[in-house]
Amino acid sequence: MEFIKPTLEYAELSPLLIVFGTACLGILLEAFLPRGVRRVPQITLAIVGLTAALIATVVVGLGLDTTTDDAGRTGRGLVGAEGSIVVDGPTVYLWGLLLVFAIGGALLFAERRLEGGVSSFTPMAAAAPGSDTEREASTRGLEHTEIYPLLVFAAGGMLLFPASGDLLTMFVALEVLSLPLYLLCGLARRRRLLSQEAAMKYFLLGAFASGFFLYGAALVYGYAGTMSFTGINEAVHAGTESRGLLLAGIALLAVGLLFKVGAVPFQAWTPDVYQGAPTAVTAFMAAGTKIAAFGALARLLYVAFDGERWSWQPVLWVIAILSMILGAVLAIPQTDVKRMLAYSSVAHSGFILTGILGAQSIGMLAEGQYSSLTGVLFYLTAYGFSMVGAFAIVTLVRDAGGEAGAFNHWAGLGKRSPLVAGAFAFFLLSMAGIPLTAGFIGKWAVFTSAMSAGAWPVVLVAIGSSIVAIFFYVRYVRLMFFHEPAADEQAAVAVPSLLTSGTVVVCLVATVALGVVPGPVLDLVVGAGDFIR
Amino acid sequence: MNEALNEIPVLSLLVWLPLVGAVAVALLPRTMSKTLGLAVTLATLLLGALVAIGYQADGGRQFAETHEWIGAFGVHYALAVDGLGLLLVLLTVLLVPLVLVAEWHLVDDPEGGGARAFVAWALALEGLSLAVFCATDVFLFYVVFEATLIPAYFLVGGFGREGRGRAALKFLMFQLAGGLVLLASVIGLYVVSAQAGPPSYLLGDLEALDIDTEVGRWLFLGFFIAFAVKAPLFPLHTWLADTTEKATPGTSVLLVCVLDKIGTFGMIRFCLGLFPEASEWATPVVVTLALISIVYGALIAIGQDDVLRLIGLTSLSHFGFITLGIFAFSTQGGSGAILYMVNHGLGTALLFLAAGYVIQRTGTASIREMSGLEKVTPVLAGLFLVAGLATLGLPGLSPFVSEFMVLLAAFDYHWWVGAIAITGVVLSAIYVLWLYQRTFTGPTPETATGHRDVGVREIAAAAPLVAALVLFGFYPAPLLEVSNPMVEDLFAQIDVTDDPPAVDPAEVEQADGEQAEEASH
Repeated sequence: MEFIKPTLEYAELSPLLIVFGTACLGILLEAFLPRGVRRVPQITLAIVGLTAALIATVVVGLGLDTTTDDAGRTGRGLVGAEGSIVVDGPTVYLWGLLLVFAIGGALLFAERRLEGGVSSFTPMAAAAPGSDTEREASTRGLEHTEIYPLLVFAAGGMLLFPASGDLLTMFVALEVLSLPLYLLCGLARRRRLLSQEAAMKYFLLGAFASGFFLYGAALVYGYAGTMSFTGINEAVHAGTESRGLLLAGIALLAVGLLFKVGAVPFQAWTPDVYQGAPTAVTAFMAAGTKIAAFGALARLLYVAFDGERWSWQPVLWVIAILSMILGAVLAIPQTDVKRMLAYSSVAHSGFILTGILGAQSIGMLAEGQYSSLTGVLFYLTAYGFSMVGAFAIVTLVRDAGGEAGAFNHWAGLGKRSPLVAGAFAFFLLSMAGIPLTAGFIGKWAVFTSAMSAGAWPVVLVAIGSSIVAIFFYVRYVRLMFFHEPAADEQAAVAVPSLLTSGTVVVCLVATVALGVVPGPVLDLVVGAGDFIR
Repeated sequence: MNEALNEIPVLSLLVWLPLVGAVAVALLPRTMSKTLGLAVTLATLLLGALVAIGYQADGGRQFAETHEWIGAFGVHYALAVDGLGLLLVLLTVLLVPLVLVAEWHLVDDPEGGGARAFVAWALALEGLSLAVFCATDVFLFYVVFEATLIPAYFLVGGFGREGRGRAALKFLMFQLAGGLVLLASVIGLYVVSAQAGPPSYLLGDLEALDIDTEVGRWLFLGFFIAFAVKAPLFPLHTWLADTTEKATPGTSVLLVCVLDKIGTFGMIRFCLGLFPEASEWATPVVVTLALISIVYGALIAIGQDDVLRLIGLTSLSHFGFITLGIFAFSTQGGSGAILYMVNHGLGTALLFLAAGYVIQRTGTASIREMSGLEKVTPVLAGLFLVAGLATLGLPGLSPFVSEFMVLLAAFDYHWWVGAIAITGVVLSAIYVLWLYQRTFTGPTPETATGHRDVGVREIAAAAPLVAALVLFGFYPAPLLEVSNPMVEDLFAQIDVTDDPPAVDPAEVEQADGEQAEEASH
């Protein structure tokens, strides 16, 4: 057997390599530096590494070549690493987006001023909650600095996820992004049992979903005889006898991915995990996982299973409708701000699915009309900035027991801290899709592509659930600005360091700018073009 | 003059000046808020007057500005005014400074958000409303249409009486729900437009589209429902009374006299302009709803004890008249409806302000607890009476002219429609006169003897409205000269050919003559 040396496109894959390299370097620092001095080098390494990857992404994005595939479709980019990684316009755009949120996440992780000089992560994860060991670790001011390499590993998995060119790479990316997140979820400093429960639940259900994905991959391999998306696409178009195998495979793969995006009926983990995890982790996870998983879902469905569009579109109709309705309705009775945001993120998954199912072949699009992928990418951008901003603000609002999650503790916040309350209200209005915010343009974009594809019932349901969603968002606005707080239940805004406030300001500026002048970013997304094969 | 105005983007200035003013008020110290706010609104009024002077009365959309905004969606930043837009722009720029003057002391209320918040939100509302009336791109219209709700929500929720938070939430939920229904239609328009060529939201491009009958009807429905919530029309009106009851009278003026006009404005510009076939198809239902609104609004207004709630409900009746005029499909009805919008704005604003003065003195809005105020505050009583008589359509005051035209159009449409509509006129006499009788006549209770009459500031806020009501009552020609060409253009463009209603300049003049005659008696 002849051995072929694999060729790697180092230049185009540089963002991935930089991120994974940074993560490995972080592990080495962890091993060789003494405990007391690790923090600053780790933070610096993580942020420098992620920023370098972001710069590399921009360079790669500027240098993408136009290619034409066998079917005559043009796109920008290349299929690299022997077909396992695809670096094309959407990939590079998603990379940029993910790296921005990873940097934001790292900044939130590093915040220390809110807990009075310590981070919001547990001093010793191995100590039983409430034990003497824990107390001792706390008094000695210990800290887990592993969180930074874990974050970078998760970010690396997220980058690889939507860039995968075959099912195996996608599965590896799925695990690389998930495992660090399971760990990070269990590391909260306060309410540790809740946090550990969240991690356990996330891990068990996540492992279950990975099993579904893997089994689906096996079935599809059985059908197509190949793992690569291009090969699967050809097999689907050629059509063979065992179509049942293919459909079952698509269904199982979709279960794995829909679990990651938190769509109904695979949403059960979202509220518990969002609530239990340290809020900085929730912010990073809410934005990053969703962006990466939707990128992967879109690539899988648009590239590998394009020929089976009539089979998966109706299923997505149902899932989108269920997610929007259940997410919006279940968010209403929530009395914890993080749970409310979690359920609203379920509803947002439904809205993004509305965009995904609006796929049309190029020939059906009118001249000058944008594709459904454009809408989805823009929605993810808008969603990410509002979510990270909103969760960052949640870390600031505190009472005697740490973060004030309870609904009624937020009463009257608008009078005590108008700026923070105003920013939070703005993020909520963006999520609700009020015009002149990023969320509105995103909603418009995904609804329009669904409507163009003839999915008007889904759009009508989406609009109905938007109305419901507005109700629970506006309830918070009303609570903050027009309610008098009960004397003993006041939450106050802690003054953060530049790390958190900077993240909030960047998210706020992005949400305003994307709402008022979305043109440049939309042009960028349109310029990213379609997936290449 | 006109050339000079066409050189500069005068409509952009008009829209952005109050918005920039709002930001400036929010950032500058509290002591300057009211003065600065008033200065900005007066400058806006001046700009509005310049636009009116430069406007050519022969119709068409003027002072147009078009810039690409979101290329990928075919969205433009496009502004222009036609006759309808101009009249509503003028109404807006006139009412906002008057509201600020009338609420000069009330906004200092420490319970509320303070003067700075009130002035800033009011300016933001003014700028966004002006943008609504000037927008000639459907997407831009939708964006500002929804954006007006945010300042309105904070104005209702932040200032006013106990229970305003709940009222503000109800207001917002109704409006946003209507707005999202509209969003479905706006998205549908994009799809229709994309099927016909490169997608564009410009009004001019959309009007040229040949929309499929059934699709057009669905899209019309979305637009109409949103505007019926806004205007409001039975059965989507329930937010109106609650909101006007809890909000300050000044906020109610901004809501009912400016913001709600967007509903009827939109019916003319979008429902009739873009979907003429669907509008005619829907006429029987719309006319029925309008008639129910007229009679029902007047009837429940009679039974109210809260004076602000009562005034809010009279507007339901008035918006019924306006909708009836629009959907009567005749130039007379259309012109009458446009005139009605302006006159209702003037008359109801005066009524709200006068009622606000009364409440400030008596400390209660309950009619049952007021009596005999005429003797202690004769000038206020006079103001209230003028406003009330304008509301009931007394000849000599401007609402009479428009009510008369709408009624003529209604009779022209079908005799029984006119017959039902005319009961609204009778009922309006009952609610106005009975209200006046209960509050101002009768024995003066001892608690009321200390009330002082209206001061200079309060008169300054009301006098321009009284002057306008009387002026346009005797001489409505300037308004008609602006509205008539616009309505004729509209009907020519949507090709209303079946049974063309005679344009009847003679009849209009005759109406004027009659009314002048009656007034001289």
